[in-house]
Amino acid sequence: MALLRRRKASEAEKAQHSGSKSDKEIERTDEENDKNISNRKKAKKAKFEGKKKWSCVDSCCWFIGCICTVWWILLFLYNTMPASIPQYVTEAITGPLPDPPGVKLRKEGLTAKHPVVFVPGIVTGGLELWEGHQCAEGLFRKRLWGGSFGEVYKRPLCWVEHMSLNNETGLDPSGIRVRPVSGLVAADYFAPGYFVWAVLIANLARIGYEEKTMYMAAYDWRLAFQNTEVRDQTLSRIKSNIELMVATNGGKKAVIIPHSMGVLYFLHFMKWVEAPAPMGGGGGSDWCAKHIKAVMNIGGPLLGAPKAVPGLLSAEAKDIAAARAMAPGFLDNDLFRVQTLQHVMRMTRTWDSTMSMIPKGGDTIWGDLDWSPEESYVPRKRKQRDNDSQTAEQNDTDTLDSQKKGINYGRIISFGKDVAEAPSSEIERIDFKGAVKGNNVANITSCDVWTEYHDMGIEGIKAVAEYKVYTAGSLLDLLHFVAPKMMARGDAHFSYGIADNLDDPKYEHYKYWSNPLETKLPNAPDMEIYSMYGVGIPTERAYVYALSPYAECYIPFQIDTSADGGKEDSCLKDGVYSIDGDETVPVLSAGFMCAKGWRGKTRFNPSGIQTYIREYDHAPPATFLEGRGTQSGAHVDIMGNFALIEDIIRVAAGATGEDLGGDRVYSDIFKWSDKINLPL
Amino acid sequence: MASILRFRKLCYVEPVKCSSLGFESFETPKIEKKDDEGAVKAVESTVGEKQKKKSSKRQPREWRCMDYCCLTVGYMCTAWWLLLFLYHCLPAALPGFQVPEAPGARLRREGLTALHPVVLVPGIVTGGLELWEGRPCSEGLFRKRLWGGSFTEIFKRPLCWLEHLTLHNKTGLDPPGIRVRAVPGLVAADYFAPGYFVWAVLIENLARIGYEGKNLYMAAYDWRLSFQNTEIRDQALSRLKSKIELMFVTNGNKKVVVVPHSMGVIYFFHFLKWVESPPPMGGGGGQGWCAKHIKVIMNIGPAFLGVPKAVSNIFSAEGKDVAFVRSMAPGVLDSEILGLQTLEHVMRVCRTWDSIISLIPKGGETIWGNLDWSPEEGYNCDLAKKRYAQPSLLDSNDTNSDGKMEFQIKESVRYGRIISFGKATSQLPSSQLPNLGSKDFLRTSNPTKFNSLCSEVWTEYDEMSRDGIRKIAENKAYTARTFLDLLRFVAPKMMQRAEAQFSHGIADNLDDPKYAHYKYWSNPLEAKLPDAPDMEIYCLYGVGLPTERSYVYKLSPTDRCKSIPFRIDSSAEGSDGGCLKGGVYFVDGDESVPVLSAGFMCAKGWKGRTRFNPSGIATYIREYRHKPPASLFEGRGLESGAHVDIMGNVALIEDVLRVAAGATGAEMGGDRIYSDIMRMSDRINLRL
Repeated sequence: MALLRRRKASEAEKAQHSGSKSDKEIERTDEENDKNISNRKKAKKAKFEGKKKWSCVDSCCWFIGCICTVWWILLFLYNTMPASIPQYVTEAITGPLPDPPGVKLRKEGLTAKHPVVFVPGIVTGGLELWEGHQCAEGLFRKRLWGGSFGEVYKRPLCWVEHMSLNNETGLDPSGIRVRPVSGLVAADYFAPGYFVWAVLIANLARIGYEEKTMYMAAYDWRLAFQNTEVRDQTLSRIKSNIELMVATNGGKKAVIIPHSMGVLYFLHFMKWVEAPAPMGGGGGSDWCAKHIKAVMNIGGPLLGAPKAVPGLLSAEAKDIAAARAMAPGFLDNDLFRVQTLQHVMRMTRTWDSTMSMIPKGGDTIWGDLDWSPEESYVPRKRKQRDNDSQTAEQNDTDTLDSQKKGINYGRIISFGKDVAEAPSSEIERIDFKGAVKGNNVANITSCDVWTEYHDMGIEGIKAVAEYKVYTAGSLLDLLHFVAPKMMARGDAHFSYGIADNLDDPKYEHYKYWSNPLETKLPNAPDMEIYSMYGVGIPTERAYVYALSPYAECYIPFQIDTSADGGKEDSCLKDGVYSIDGDETVPVLSAGFMCAKGWRGKTRFNPSGIQTYIREYDHAPPATFLEGRGTQSGAHVDIMGNFALIEDIIRVAAGATGEDLGGDRVYSDIFKWSDKINLPL
Repeated sequence: MASILRFRKLCYVEPVKCSSLGFESFETPKIEKKDDEGAVKAVESTVGEKQKKKSSKRQPREWRCMDYCCLTVGYMCTAWWLLLFLYHCLPAALPGFQVPEAPGARLRREGLTALHPVVLVPGIVTGGLELWEGRPCSEGLFRKRLWGGSFTEIFKRPLCWLEHLTLHNKTGLDPPGIRVRAVPGLVAADYFAPGYFVWAVLIENLARIGYEGKNLYMAAYDWRLSFQNTEIRDQALSRLKSKIELMFVTNGNKKVVVVPHSMGVIYFFHFLKWVESPPPMGGGGGQGWCAKHIKVIMNIGPAFLGVPKAVSNIFSAEGKDVAFVRSMAPGVLDSEILGLQTLEHVMRVCRTWDSIISLIPKGGETIWGNLDWSPEEGYNCDLAKKRYAQPSLLDSNDTNSDGKMEFQIKESVRYGRIISFGKATSQLPSSQLPNLGSKDFLRTSNPTKFNSLCSEVWTEYDEMSRDGIRKIAENKAYTARTFLDLLRFVAPKMMQRAEAQFSHGIADNLDDPKYAHYKYWSNPLEAKLPDAPDMEIYCLYGVGLPTERSYVYKLSPTDRCKSIPFRIDSSAEGSDGGCLKGGVYFVDGDESVPVLSAGFMCAKGWKGRTRFNPSGIATYIREYRHKPPASLFEGRGLESGAHVDIMGNVALIEDVLRVAAGATGAEMGGDRIYSDIMRMSDRINLRL
């Protein structure tokens, strides 16, 4: 641009020089020039005005340019910045950071000893596309689940179609193959920057672990556990990999670290591997004793998680309920014909694995209409960060008087707040099981979303609501009534009861393998089982439901977000009763088996495997620089908890539960467990 | 949000303000000028908005410049985004532009489905390496790729990068405090760099007929280590064995199809011996493991007998590419301006990698020719090209190869002289060579520390005396056999380390118990094939590309520290259409591996029942004639024969898919040969 102008200028100069030869001409040109000047001024002004018309686009571009350049400069600076600066800044603000546990323990002389196996939980594992329909063109071997989730926005319907399973078999729909990502990358980060296993992996690497001694047992978490073997031979692969790692590490037994649903998955695996060949892995009855040193369950919903219930019933959970309370109408409108919840529900209902998390053990464990093991629970005052959390702090639970009447946690679902609080004698319940499912099915054709609710009709829905209260036991009946097809599929793979006689041959079927109340632990007296979980965060335990204003394409129930406890620290908030736990799994589910069910030699644990409970009290991150915190107790964030990592590293380097200091308990788990009347 | 809004407002206001400011400021000087004398002023004023602007812009000038910059950047960005947006909105298949159907989709319609599990074995260089433990300088690179991917770390911290990729120069294992490991899984070698596929196309086509993670396995290993060391350090061979056994069992006892590429071929050959050997040294799979578990080995671009490229790489860290660059732009690579000494660095690092030694030509003069003779001597580069241009003569390779025998003998190239000093030497008859006897210089020269001025020793050249170097050059020509002596003299430590891992000879008696040692396992001339009569071995490779075969060297002029004393004499050029170009003699091949190395074992060494193949495993040769991509859209070509690009060759993919779906070699049509491999093999006088 500038060059052009200069050239023009020099040409003009030449012209002027040739022109200025005679004086007259000079004068003439003078006048002309004056004219010229004024003309030019005008032109200039005109030009400027013309420019003004342009200026919108221009300044837009200018603005974008500015932002881009600034962005690039910042990016450049950020990249050239020595890596240690953020650390300096953090240290300047928060004081010196403690060494990450891997570094600390390495200084103590710990080195890699036992091979380590990670078993990721539900949702955290990545899934990638191997074969798809036309709409998924170009996504071959790209992640559909995990990573950036870009496809959810680009082609949502296509995405939902590919993530769904066949709703009869619970396996792949025809023409679609979505498979788990394999290797450590499967679940180290869930989304960019959101770690799951990455911190633990990095710390293990510090004491010498690497790919040959670490194995991520990635599986397709949408499938029922036995189906992962049927379709992908995942269980066989895990078996073979553990055998390989034990063999190549000089016979040192493996340390297994399952998380969340992975806990149930691995429980299933332990039964599978010792069962005889057609249904099981044929490893023989001492396979676990030979290959496994310790199972360190992190946040394991051994007895299920109440969160799974609203997930199945109305595709809701606390988060969505809160969103609905904040912005009513936002999630309900079908302005864009989006119907998010219905789509989500249709998709998740094809995932058998969600049914593995339905509360197990019925009323015996979770409480009935009037009683629940946690009834005397009072939310603890939030403690300040205590760095030396080694000392189990006394629970001042003698403030019982503050709570006049206990909450009926046993009523997992109640229709209406008053029902949730009324004494059981006052509740009128009308049995819904015989209720006719209405034939007046509202015109389904207008709904492009399939959920089984459309088969129910209005009578069915009313009948459900009139039963008023559901406990863990009757909840199953409810689900059977509401979603018969899904439950039929699920019943083939999971069971939720309590075994009377564990030697009954029927318990050899795989559907009992993931229920700790219907299986025995393997015969491996040297093995250790840890329950490691966070406490100190309100966790969903029971729900207040309401009928949703009826329209044909809606899910007929929703959490009654108007139900609130009133008091500031009440357990009822937005229609959800919460209790102590790690935000997803209540203490009872995570701890009961290790606290009581398996402690000592019981019928569930005939060989007397040692069990330990390690609780980690939640302390929120002090500053935002800490990210998700190094003392968090939340369900996923606990994987970055330094104390937990330290425990794991010590065990991996050879320590036993006694060396760690045995149990470490902050919650009332032992008291609650005592209240549960389960024959052992 | 509010702050963003405010900022935006600020930015909107500012340009307007500044432009008005600019306007005012060039108004004022003009008025001043008017008071000056008329004519000049007139001239000036008419002349130059330019000058006005110049003077007026004195204060806001930088501002303006910034403005324009921002403006152009803004335009560019928006245009870029628009284009990107359009590109994304574009339907995948434009009407005018037709994507050729992938072979996998076609074969699927034919009804092929996944049958045998497939194991992929990547070659040298193509596998990714990631960091597990490093020095402080590598902060933040934990589990990031050092090799493969975008290679950004080379530019950010080159020395750190080199340090971490170097192995220990005594043990050939990790240096203390550094752990760099192979990336596992299919991602290890699907793409080498973004957009540069290696296995990705093959994987995608396999997936079309039903392959997925459970029956497709990438046997990634650390390609820097010697083969046995991958087992010692990473248990890579044990993992491979366990994975093959697992896939065999979980896929209904279907045997495995193994697809190794490049160096992966000899790696897997090593594995075959390892897995049947007894435990302390081997895998203890027992006799018959291969027969039980392996259906086919489909070697792609196999470097069975080594590659001459490795010679120049080890000797002077050069290859054809580097030599060309040097002849084009002399001074670029030699310059020391930035203290870079790229080649020297490369050499220092490469020499710690044992695996390169496995690629040195094997079989000595029997295979690769001596001073006067070589199996390829009838080969004519120019003719070869012409012949390949006619696809009509496709099958009748016997006739046309006979036809051109007569008129090239005259100026046949002495390929046997793998290294010769000076172009003249490479062409002289052997009687005129000042043959000192190859071993002489080894005894006479007693290396005295010469470069004591150099603070640190990088390569073993620094420990050699000038005398020794000159003696090497005086010996003039080296064959595949004497080259090993040369290396032992030039780099005694490296060769000592490497010769504990690899051997390059020919066995007289394969039953000699010494051949039970693992160093012979990767040499097909010193190891027997396993006893697996039902197994099949394929040699799949590209032909029709000039491939390095031997080199013309010269002494490098500089005397400075740490320099490499030899280099390829890139000024040596043959006549038009000759095989000598830029100091390198070429022969037929796939750009990296000459036909001889890739095809000889399948063509002769293992054909039928020989002493190397006692159970008579069937072998097939499938050659793929190179055709450069027809248009830009084809990328790296659908019919390429180049060493790595062949992995995208449609014909090759189809062959692999058919075999994986259960076809045998006979069903595929047996051998498919374009080159002279059969005649060359016949000339080699190897006892079978």
